[in-house]
Amino acid sequence: MMNKKTNKGDVLLSIKGLKIQGFSDEKWHDIINGIDLTLHAGEVLGLIGESGAGKSTLGLAAMGYTQPGCRITAGEIIFDGVDLTKLTDGEKRKFWGNRMTYVAQSAAASFNPARRLIVQTTASTIRAGIKDQASAYEDAQQLYTVLNLPDPKHIGERYPHQVSGGQLQRVMTAMAMSPRPDLLIFDEPTTALDVTTQVEVLASMRSIVEEFNTAAIYITHDLAVVAQMADVIKVLRYGNEVEEAPTRQMLNAPQEEYTKSLWSVRSLEKTQQEAEASILSLQSIDAAYGVEKVLHDVSIEVPKGSTVAVVGESGSGKSTAARVITGLLPQISGIVRFDGEDLPPALSNRSKDQKRRIQMIYQMADTAMNPRQTVREIIGRPLEFYLSMRGSEQTNRIVELLEMIELDASFMERLPGELSGGQKQRICIARALAAEPDFIICDEVTSALDQIVQEGILKLLLRLQEELGLTYLFITHDISTVKAIADQVVVMNQGEVVEQGLKTEVFSPPHPDYTELLLSSVPEMDPDWLSNLNKKEIRS
Amino acid sequence: MKPESDTYSAVGEVGAVHERRSLWTRTIIDLRKAPYTALFGMIIILAYALVAIFAPILAPYGEAQVFPEPYAPWSSTYIFGTDQIGRDIFSRMIFGARNTVGIAVATTFLAFLIGGILGLAAAINRSWLDQLLSRSVDVLMAIPSLIFALVLLSIFGSTVTNLILIIAVLDSTRVFRLTRAVALNVVVMDYVEAARLRGEGLGWIMRREILPNIMPPLIAEFGLRFCFVFLTIAALSFLGVGIQPPTADWGSMVRDNASLIMFAQYDLKAGLTPLLPAAAIALLTVAINFVVDWFLHKTSGLHDE
Repeated sequence: MMNKKTNKGDVLLSIKGLKIQGFSDEKWHDIINGIDLTLHAGEVLGLIGESGAGKSTLGLAAMGYTQPGCRITAGEIIFDGVDLTKLTDGEKRKFWGNRMTYVAQSAAASFNPARRLIVQTTASTIRAGIKDQASAYEDAQQLYTVLNLPDPKHIGERYPHQVSGGQLQRVMTAMAMSPRPDLLIFDEPTTALDVTTQVEVLASMRSIVEEFNTAAIYITHDLAVVAQMADVIKVLRYGNEVEEAPTRQMLNAPQEEYTKSLWSVRSLEKTQQEAEASILSLQSIDAAYGVEKVLHDVSIEVPKGSTVAVVGESGSGKSTAARVITGLLPQISGIVRFDGEDLPPALSNRSKDQKRRIQMIYQMADTAMNPRQTVREIIGRPLEFYLSMRGSEQTNRIVELLEMIELDASFMERLPGELSGGQKQRICIARALAAEPDFIICDEVTSALDQIVQEGILKLLLRLQEELGLTYLFITHDISTVKAIADQVVVMNQGEVVEQGLKTEVFSPPHPDYTELLLSSVPEMDPDWLSNLNKKEIRS
Repeated sequence: MKPESDTYSAVGEVGAVHERRSLWTRTIIDLRKAPYTALFGMIIILAYALVAIFAPILAPYGEAQVFPEPYAPWSSTYIFGTDQIGRDIFSRMIFGARNTVGIAVATTFLAFLIGGILGLAAAINRSWLDQLLSRSVDVLMAIPSLIFALVLLSIFGSTVTNLILIIAVLDSTRVFRLTRAVALNVVVMDYVEAARLRGEGLGWIMRREILPNIMPPLIAEFGLRFCFVFLTIAALSFLGVGIQPPTADWGSMVRDNASLIMFAQYDLKAGLTPLLPAAAIALLTVAINFVVDWFLHKTSGLHDE
C-alpha cells in the first residue's frame, strides 16, 4: 500500500511539455502539442475545449495512461515526485485505482452488468489492500450517503440496470472516491444526463471533492458546468493551451479571442415574433407504443413562420409528439391539422406532397445520413424524388443549397465520414431544404455539437427562417437554445403539456412547479450559482 | 490542414482526418498487408477458377471419353490412371472443377438472392411478414438438411436444376437469418427512417439504404456458405443423388473409385486415386476459409494491438 503524503497546497501533479500522438490512416498525428499543467493538492482544474481539442487525452495522460493507438513522444508527467512516463504499466497500476481514479462519461457503459454495485464500488480498494471488505463496504455506504443516493444502506446490493442514469453516475463517483485518491479525473460525467439530474449529480460531486479535499481534473465542453466545479480553468484547442486562469477571472475577463468567442455563444437571443395563424395544430392527441400510453391529450398550436420550442426531459414525450406529426406513429385519437387540412394518421396514407411539406432534422447527424452515400446523393435524392430534378439542373440546385448552408461545391463528392459534426448537421439541413418544405421538425439538432458550432447552426436556422418563411418545431432540453431560437414554448412532462405560450410568458413567473424546476436546473455562468441554488433549496 | 483563424466558418471546420483513396490503391494497400494464409488462399482460388474456365483446353482427353483400359495405373498416358469404365481421371478432375464449383457458385448465388431479399424484407417489415418468414425458416432448419435434400431429390429426381433449387432453398434459411440480423442493426438508423419519411419504397430502402451497409458480413458469409454448398453437393454426389454420370464431379469420383483404396498395399498410387478428388475439395474449402478469415478480420474492426 502506498502512503499518502500530500498536503493541501503542495504540487501534486505537474506535466511539462507533454506531446502525444495518435495513429490513424497509416500516419502519426499530433493530438497534444506540448502542454504544461500544474495541479495542487485539493485543487479542481477544469479542462474545456471543443471535441478534438485533446482534453480527454490530456485527462488520461495525467494518470500516465494513453489510449490504444496513442503514444507519448515528449515531456514528463510528475505525480507526487514520480515521473509516470518512465514507469512500466505494472508500476503504474499501483497508482491506478488507488491514488488516482477516473469517472467516465457513460456510467451505463462502464459498469459490469453482472455484478452488484457495492462489489464494483469497492473492488479496487480491496485489491490495493487499503481496507478489508467489511470496512470498505461500510465506507461505501457512507459515500452513498454523502452522494445523496436513496437508501444508501441497501442500494449497493442492486445491479447497474436497477438504478437510474444519474444514480449510476453517482455510484461511479463513489467508486472513484472509495480508495480516497489524491487525484480524481472526471471525463464529462454529466453530459449524458438530463438537466434536472445533472444538478443533483454536480452538487454531490462537488460536496464529496470538498469533503475529502481531493484534487480533481474536470473535463467538459459545458462552460456553465465547469464554472460550478473548478478553481482554475484551462482552455484547450487543437492540442494547444489557449489560456489558463482562476475561474472567476476567466469568466469575467477572458484574455484570448477564442475564449471570448466561447463565452459569447450563450448570448444569442431571438426577438419574439407575434403569433400568426396556425400552420400546424395538434388537437388532443393520445398516442401509445403498444399498450404503454405515452401522450395524454396533447394539444399544440404552431403559428406560421414562427419557431415553437418543445422542452422537457427524456421520457417527456416530446420526440413522440414529433413522430405523431410525421406519421411514423399513428395517434390513437385526436387530429393533426396541417395548413387547413387533416393529415391521415399513418404515413402510408399521406400524399407525396404532404410528406414533402413536413421535413425532419435529427439529433445525431452521424446516423441520419447513410455513411455510404456522398453529399451529392444525400441532397440530390429529395430533389429527384419530390421535384423530379435530374442532371445539371439537379447539380446546380445542390450547389445552391450548399451555398445556402454556407458550404461550397467542393463538398459535393464527400462521404459523411469526411465531414465534421457541424458540417454533417448542415448537410442534413440542406437535405430537408431540398424538399422545399413549409415545416421543419428539429429534434435536438444542436445537442450533440460543440458550443461554437451550435451557435453557427442556430444562426443558420434563424437566417433560413427569415429568407424562406419556414416554420420550425424545435425539440430540445436545453433552455439556452430555447432562448436563442424560439418564439413560443411548450413545456412537456410525462406525456402531458404542462405549459404553453409565448417565450416571454413562459419564462417569466409565476410558473407551474415543473417549469420552475426545469428553469432553475439550467446551470448559469456564475461560479456561485450552484451554492446559491443549494441554499435556496435548504431554505424552502 | 488546421485553420488557424479564430473566426468561425463552417467550411473551415476540421472534419475527421481521413484521406480519400481510390478503390485500386486501397486494394493494393490491403493486399500488401494481407497475411500469407490469405494470399495462399487467393492463389488457390484463382487457380481453381482458371482451371474451371479453361477445362477443355487443359484436359488431355474428353470429359466422358472411354478408353478400353479400366483401372489403368498411373502413367504418362493417363496421369492419374483411369476409372472403372476406362475414363481418364486427370481429365475428369479438370472438368469436375467446372461442374462441381460451377454448380456450387450458382447455388450459393441463388441462396443469397432468396435469403437476402427475404431477410431484408423481414427486417424492414418487422411485423406479420417477419413472423411468417422467420417461423417458416425455423421449421425448415429443424429438419437435418442433408436428409431433407436426399428426400426431396428422390421425389423430384436428380437433375442439375433440381439440385441447385433444392440446395439453394435449404441454404437460404441461414442466409435469411444472417441478413435479417445484420439488417436489424441498420434498419433502426435515422437515415432509414428519413428515407421512409420521404416516402421511399421498400425496394429503394433495401437496395440503397441498407444493402451497402451490410455488405461485409454478407460477403464473408458468401465464402463460408459456398464451402457448405460445395460440400453438400459433393456429399450428395457421393451418395449417388447429386450430379449424375457421365458428368464429371468430384463427389461421385470419390464414390466410383473408392474400392481402389484397398489396393494401396499393392500399389500406393492406385490407393491414392480416390483421395485426389477428395483432396481437391478439401484444398478449395481451406483456401476459401483462409480468405474469408482475413476478410472478416479486416472488416470487423478487430485489430491486434
